[in-house]
Amino acid sequence: MPVNNENWKPTIVAFCCNWCSYAGADLAGSSRLAYPADVKIIKVPCSCRVNPMFILRAFEKGADGVILCGCHPGDCHYSTGNYYARRRMTLLFSMLDYLGIEEGRTRVEWVSAAEGVKFSETMNSFVEKVRTLGPSVRLGDLRCKN
Amino acid sequence: MQELIHRAKSLLESGEVSRVLGWKKGENVFDVEPAFFATAEELENFVYNGFCGANLSKYMIEASTWEGKTLVFLKPCDTYSFNQLCKEHRIDREKAYIIGVGCKGKLKAEKLGAENILDVQGAGYPDCSDTLKVTTLYGEQEVAYKDAMLERCHVCKGKEHQVYDELIGESVDTCDADRFAEVAKIEAMSPEEKFAFFQAELSKCIRCNACRNVCPACSCRKCIFDSTKFDSNQKANTTSFEEKMFHIIRAFHVAGRCTDCGECSRVCPQGIPLHLFNRKFIKDINNLYGEYQAGVDIDAKAPLTSFRTDDAEPGVGRG
Amino acid sequence: MYRIAKANLNALYAAIAASKELYLPVRSAGKTNFAAWTEGAEVDLDTLKTVRSPKDAFFPQSENLYTCDRTDGKISITPEALQEKPFVVFGMKACDVRGVAVLDKVFLSEPVDSYYAARREKGIIVSLACSRPAVSCFCQTFGIDCAAPEGDVATWMAGEYLYWLPQSEKGEALTAELAALLEETDDAAVAEEKASIAAICDRLPLKGLSLENWGAAAADKNFDSPLWEQLYKPCLACGTCTFVCPTCQCYDIKDYSTGTGVQRFRCWDSCMYSDFTMMAHGNNRTSQLQRFRQRFMHKLAYFPANNDGMFSCVGCGRCVDKCPSHLNIVKVIKAFGKEGV
Repeated sequence: MPVNNENWKPTIVAFCCNWCSYAGADLAGSSRLAYPADVKIIKVPCSCRVNPMFILRAFEKGADGVILCGCHPGDCHYSTGNYYARRRMTLLFSMLDYLGIEEGRTRVEWVSAAEGVKFSETMNSFVEKVRTLGPSVRLGDLRCKN
Repeated sequence: MQELIHRAKSLLESGEVSRVLGWKKGENVFDVEPAFFATAEELENFVYNGFCGANLSKYMIEASTWEGKTLVFLKPCDTYSFNQLCKEHRIDREKAYIIGVGCKGKLKAEKLGAENILDVQGAGYPDCSDTLKVTTLYGEQEVAYKDAMLERCHVCKGKEHQVYDELIGESVDTCDADRFAEVAKIEAMSPEEKFAFFQAELSKCIRCNACRNVCPACSCRKCIFDSTKFDSNQKANTTSFEEKMFHIIRAFHVAGRCTDCGECSRVCPQGIPLHLFNRKFIKDINNLYGEYQAGVDIDAKAPLTSFRTDDAEPGVGRG
Repeated sequence: MYRIAKANLNALYAAIAASKELYLPVRSAGKTNFAAWTEGAEVDLDTLKTVRSPKDAFFPQSENLYTCDRTDGKISITPEALQEKPFVVFGMKACDVRGVAVLDKVFLSEPVDSYYAARREKGIIVSLACSRPAVSCFCQTFGIDCAAPEGDVATWMAGEYLYWLPQSEKGEALTAELAALLEETDDAAVAEEKASIAAICDRLPLKGLSLENWGAAAADKNFDSPLWEQLYKPCLACGTCTFVCPTCQCYDIKDYSTGTGVQRFRCWDSCMYSDFTMMAHGNNRTSQLQRFRQRFMHKLAYFPANNDGMFSCVGCGRCVDKCPSHLNIVKVIKAFGKEGV
């Protein structure tokens, strides 16, 4: 549901693994690289800690977009966690497409601890993408919004 | 059918098994219920016919905790579930004596107008016929056996039993449709059409959890949706989101473990085509990670507990 | 007695919906359930049994009770508004109407449930006789006549007409409002329809199902029977039977977080679920046998014991049709009737 209001800001939840992506976010911060304040970062020990329920619950509780960031494949702190996460998210995102949820509300991006710039750019482009999609209605719990 | 009863009785008498898990006659020809039989006398109520769709492998979880062996009758498709449960260490293979029974496709009473059926002829086993003679309160009718089959029988996985101790009876491969045709049809829709389709189906959901409870793969001791600490609880029906979340998670949790036995769709009181969720995952897994059929090979690595370093990235090529 | 041509029913629905909410059987995604009428809705009066019973109209599966909110350090509590707009439930069957009488016993006795009471006050029941009772029907066992349903207005479908008989003050008032659409007629066609229904009822396989060994006295007698051990075994512990039942009235109360407060809502509960009546000390009924027994003992023994012999089963047969394992109340009734335990 695209909105005409230029000022509308999407709520974004970013799950970041402790070892790479969270450190990447830190670097983005300490390098004074800008990314939208609407991105709420949730730190997880590893990208594979995120199960599909996390993603769905984020949407249920009002997120307009959810992004998962982890170490690059091959660089996982626990060797292989992100490979499992990759399969899970591939299937989950495909299911969300299948149910008619607008594509673009979910994303996975591999961000290392040295990639502050990538983190900032990723968040900027993701927020912009979700902004064009408008508020998430199809996956939100409407109980409190009516 | 007499052969099955006879064999069960002799296994009981010899003491090789302590009980029999099969199907029991109901009030009507179609309302057979899964049942345990402990004596030869009780076995007089044993029945095996076209309406024995219930997959008995799930009951073996509990039976595995009891003293002695249980004789269990499994249709070819049930054996996939049995294997999968063995793989997950929920069933003790040693506690089961499996008689693989022949199957010629199982029937959905609803397709015959269940609420008015007084009697159905031609659904017996092994002598089931091509045409069912249905006597209803409001007259008689003839229905082709094929037209009254469960959805899952039209995409039959084949007549081979995956695990058994002995086989009794002939099976027929009733497959006459493409297993993924329905999924592909939905995939081809626009997001709006997809959403409208699933919204219409899922808004019927009454949160009875029959799909979860009948599923052999859904056998966690405590389900997340039964947790009192979880505010998206299993009972509330709010039409906005909870049904969607429940059904996505239900299907996801069995992804890579679902044998596509079709029990979820069989039992849904609202006729929601729940297999469309499971089959979507199966289709994706086959496409992305190589053909995989749960319940065939106990030692095979499951798709969600393994990986390749060159797996596809999430979201690549979608839309 | 009045009548209206079936072809003209849409005008009747529109006339009712002009001033009231209207709920009636609507077919959607292949199943018929009670739903709010809208222009173009596929009204289905031919399907005998809706999957869900119409009890939702008076006792919804989920409903908010009140909302607490804390903003700027202030706490506000807003109760949910009671039903104010009159509504009509059209097409309820005789068993479902009796189902409401069972709910009345629970919700209208002290302490009165205000949400339910408001809906009962504003709700008008237009019942519909069953022209084609089904094999799983056993309402006769509970003294219900599906050819002459109770309700504020009773209706019959016969030939090309829907026959309309007001049976209460509310019903008379509704009839007066719709006078322009209804024409007066004699009751010959309805008498014929009643006779035809009675003839079918005589052929129902569950006719004569006896409640011997049930009722208030069964509360103690049947409790420890070894029969339960055999009966419950195939039960999957799902809630299908309870959620399609027109009389099951147990509910759970829960809080839903709104971020700045909570919405307190209630939702149907099922005695088949493992967390049913979960309390601080744990659970009242820890085994499925106990939970299974509770459902049937409640309907056939405890409820009559507390309500002058009124059973809280109405014989609609929905659970008989829908149980995934084909367990049902009829099998339970018969098992005890036979054994006389």
